[in-house]
Amino acid sequence: MLCVADKEAGELIMKYNKGAILRSIEQPSIKAEVPEFDTGDTVKIDYKVVEGTRSRIQAYEGVVIAKKNGKGARATFTVRKVSFGEGVERVFPLHSPLIDSITVVRRGRTRRSKLYYLRDLRGKAARLRTDAGRQEADRAAARTAKETTN
Amino acid sequence: MKGILGTKVGMTQVWQDDRLVPVTVILAGPCPVVQRKAADSDGYSAVQLGWEEKTTKASSKPELGHFKKAGANPQRHLVEFRDFSPEADQVSVEIFEQGQKVDVTATSKGRGTAGVIKRWNFGGLPATHGVKKKHRAPGSIGQRKFPGRVYKGKKMPGHYGSEKITTLGLELLEIRADDNLLLIKGAIPGPNGGLVVVKDSKRKVS
Repeated sequence: MLCVADKEAGELIMKYNKGAILRSIEQPSIKAEVPEFDTGDTVKIDYKVVEGTRSRIQAYEGVVIAKKNGKGARATFTVRKVSFGEGVERVFPLHSPLIDSITVVRRGRTRRSKLYYLRDLRGKAARLRTDAGRQEADRAAARTAKETTN
Repeated sequence: MKGILGTKVGMTQVWQDDRLVPVTVILAGPCPVVQRKAADSDGYSAVQLGWEEKTTKASSKPELGHFKKAGANPQRHLVEFRDFSPEADQVSVEIFEQGQKVDVTATSKGRGTAGVIKRWNFGGLPATHGVKKKHRAPGSIGQRKFPGRVYKGKKMPGHYGSEKITTLGLELLEIRADDNLLLIKGAIPGPNGGLVVVKDSKRKVS
């Protein structure tokens, strides 16, 4: 990785692969299993909350309106929900150890990767169409998983 | 004081327990010992380390003689470390311990000719209330007939950056001896790919 011979010049020059090095640093921080979800999906996040010495799990459910910061350890996603008539958005680091689990509740069909336009919409207008195809694929996957365990 | 030369690879973040920690990655060593200076012959004791091999074509003849004497390949950078005498003829990242404090020296990013707002953090002039064309100007630079001159050291526009900066007391999070990598908590001066000097911290732990 360090000093590589440059074949054309036939002499030593220093070369390193910045992306490979940084990926190897981030690798231990990346969770092995993160459920596959996309913007538009409704997800339920079980988040560990520490109060003094006790820790408990708090659920947060809403629509994923953005996924950001790439595929590394720094990846985040934004979940929006409307709570008592007030829009609430929370940004979760995807690989945070405080996230206990992420479950996909519903697959939504979208035509863009960032759903910031939902912020300006209320009630019926803020609904997303269900992506029946992906939802059906989920159910089929769940069925086969169940059969294999049996 | 023991130290090593390296190249700033870049920054990223890693999870430590429940916290996302900023990390700078440095590719450091193994650095060949090019010269050893002793108090008897040179007046002080030090070791000269090299970093980044270069071609013989890019080296001058006097340089090649210097490297030949040490039995090392030609190096692009040579830096002396006072009062440091490594036993081997190479210095690797293993001279440091995980969790210790280090000082990092590098040449900061060049910003060219910069105004006082960027260079000295001046506030600038108001956006309105009759201010015209002078929003980023320094304002007054002196007094009246007395003293009748501008004081020495007055902060003014000029060249900014590309200077030697040392950041003290940075935590060494991890040492990866297999890959010759140092992971340092927080930011260090200079651009990615730049030369960095990592030393034991001179800041005393209270």
